[in-house]
Amino acid sequence: MSDGVYSTRRSFEVCVTISDQPHVPAGVVDATDRVYRGVIRAGGVIVLVIMAAIGIFLFIRAFEAISKSGFAFFINQKWEPDAGNFGIAAVLVGTIIIALVAICFALPLSLGTALYISEYAPRRIKQGLISLVDLMAAIPSVVYGLWGFFSLQAAIVPIARWLSQTFGWIPFLQVDGYDAKDPLSSTTVFTASSFIAGIVVALMVTPIMTSIMREVFSQAPVGEREGSLGLGATKWGMIRSVVLPYGVGGIIGGTMLGLGRALGETIAVYMIISPIFVIQPHILQSGASSISSLIALKYGEATPMGMSALMAAGLTLFFVTLIVNFGASAIVARSRSGASS
Amino acid sequence: MSNAVIDSQVSSGQPDAEAEATPVAKPAEDKPRRIHALRLSDVFQIVGAVVAALSLTGVIYAFMAPVGGVVGFFATFYILFLGFYAVLVSLDESLPMVRDRIVMVAVHSLAATVFVTLVFVVLFAVIRGADALPHLNFFTEDMSLAGPLDPLSKGGIIHAIVGTLIQISIALAITIPLGLTTAVFLNEIPGKFTRFVRTIVEAMTALPSIVAGLFIYATFILIFGLNKSGLAASLAISVMMLPIMIRAADVVLRLVPLTLKEASLGLGANNWHTMWHVTLPTARSGLVTAIILATARGIGETSPVLLTSGFTASLNANPLSSPMVSLPLAIFQFVKSPEPTMIARGFGTAAVLMALVVILFLIARYIGGRTVAKKERARVLRERRWNALRSFVLSIPSLAMRFGRWVTALVTRQPRTSKGQAK
Repeated sequence: MSDGVYSTRRSFEVCVTISDQPHVPAGVVDATDRVYRGVIRAGGVIVLVIMAAIGIFLFIRAFEAISKSGFAFFINQKWEPDAGNFGIAAVLVGTIIIALVAICFALPLSLGTALYISEYAPRRIKQGLISLVDLMAAIPSVVYGLWGFFSLQAAIVPIARWLSQTFGWIPFLQVDGYDAKDPLSSTTVFTASSFIAGIVVALMVTPIMTSIMREVFSQAPVGEREGSLGLGATKWGMIRSVVLPYGVGGIIGGTMLGLGRALGETIAVYMIISPIFVIQPHILQSGASSISSLIALKYGEATPMGMSALMAAGLTLFFVTLIVNFGASAIVARSRSGASS
Repeated sequence: MSNAVIDSQVSSGQPDAEAEATPVAKPAEDKPRRIHALRLSDVFQIVGAVVAALSLTGVIYAFMAPVGGVVGFFATFYILFLGFYAVLVSLDESLPMVRDRIVMVAVHSLAATVFVTLVFVVLFAVIRGADALPHLNFFTEDMSLAGPLDPLSKGGIIHAIVGTLIQISIALAITIPLGLTTAVFLNEIPGKFTRFVRTIVEAMTALPSIVAGLFIYATFILIFGLNKSGLAASLAISVMMLPIMIRAADVVLRLVPLTLKEASLGLGANNWHTMWHVTLPTARSGLVTAIILATARGIGETSPVLLTSGFTASLNANPLSSPMVSLPLAIFQFVKSPEPTMIARGFGTAAVLMALVVILFLIARYIGGRTVAKKERARVLRERRWNALRSFVLSIPSLAMRFGRWVTALVTRQPRTSKGQAK
């Protein structure tokens, strides 16, 4: 192997690093290649450094606020950083509520769309539909926000009113301050709620969820599908017994990825909700909060202390989405199909 | 699925010679039976369920009205429709069939909801923006001289268009080299470290955009003490675009056939030459698609720009100093105003942004959809057209000569004939 230029140890090293490569004798690794490998390795390292830097710099900036607030940072609902009275309890819960509402809507929508594209759609339009889903993922957040604020909100308010009147006995659907018998009572208590923000976010995360689920569904083994149909199953019988069990990892993983996106959504949520700083479990009631919209709202007038508190909130969001995403990619990778996606 | 099977049978099942040799086996018998044929009763069931549900919804809305609004109407109608449809199908079919039909209808309607909503979101921005778009000044002026009360014939968004173009160019100048290098790294050097980098990149794709903005704010503005500027915004956008580009390029590079690389290495090229002269050119269209898709995402990012670029109403082409506004940020600021004209400007800007994204997307699809075979076909077609054009052009002189001869013949003949008639 070694042509004498390299020491034994060197050639051994080269053999180890490139052992998975197609037929590269060790002697071929010349000076150009060493530079080339060094450069592309540096590319990978830079990306790692950027990611680490995000966490480190946010932590450095957030340290002041966290040390001042201590553990109360996680249980305080107020946001008055200059008075030292602040915490992320309200905004974190608000973020999670909006994300959960979004997932409740996005899961059936994306499951249906993914099944339609992979199982029902005529082959002529299949590729077009896949492109359309990709395009939907590229629509700017602010455009969804415009639509949510100027169009969807008015259409959803009657639904929200009906839901709260009919199912008001369920705690989280309760709405205070609206009396159906009083014709003068305004329906503005139903606007700017977590519910409406959640629906808009649902539409924004549906494409990513759909494309992951579709990918997994389309890889369900042909033999098993045909076997199922050949035994006399209906199409739904085939889907339930072959496609869905095969794609369950993709469904869960895709949903978690969607959840990660939903947690971090900023502008559309900011445009719709009216921010409050108490834990608001009533999803239909006006007033909601999320970490990202808190940052967008407060960064302008923030003092150094306020900025530090915002950095702490951002750091929390960073870690929450990171955990959700690692979980998601682990699940997708463990399902039988994830390797090629 | 069954479609694919049917097709393969149709295409491979009956060689012509065999069919002619054995006249007993008629071609028609080889064709598989169509199992998804639509029967008349299926149509009747759907139509009947729609009519029944519509009528009942009408009655409910006229007399009881538990919900108001268009969405409520559709929701009520849809639930009733599913119920009626189940009943109608169960008159003819067994329980598994009923379930199958209900799921079919539900899947179709869910998909329709998603696609109709998408089209509506896009159209809504364009329709509401139609007030602002016809004014030419909307594309040629900035907002420095136009107040919130000024009509749409004054002021425009040239500052945002220029800002977006500058910011995305800087971001691309950073992300294309870095992103493609990293994607090459992920493909070329396998090992534990590579897997780790890939996991990190995947995690980064879902990095909340506001956190990217905060990061640049924390480093660029707070630590280095620089002002909010277009450059800061470009860096924030780069952080968002980088993982998207790496992932897309990684997938594309993985699809390059190993045999090509092996052939190149076998001919004595080193890894660098193999990458530069074989792998990258093979994957070129896919890489361009990856770049354009990342651009489309980066162009629409609002929240990182919100924290890092500052806001201005006037044109600023210098990314290094003073605030610079981009299209999404301009939309965001416009619709914050209560004035109808400002909101109309916001929607007009949104329409411009959407048009930009859709155009980028279509270019990406066009380039990405071009396989080698398609390219070859297009080249043949181009050549044929070119040949036709050239032969036409070359034939012009002879045509002209013939035409000239014909004209002179006509001209010289005419007096003679008229003379002849006169005689």
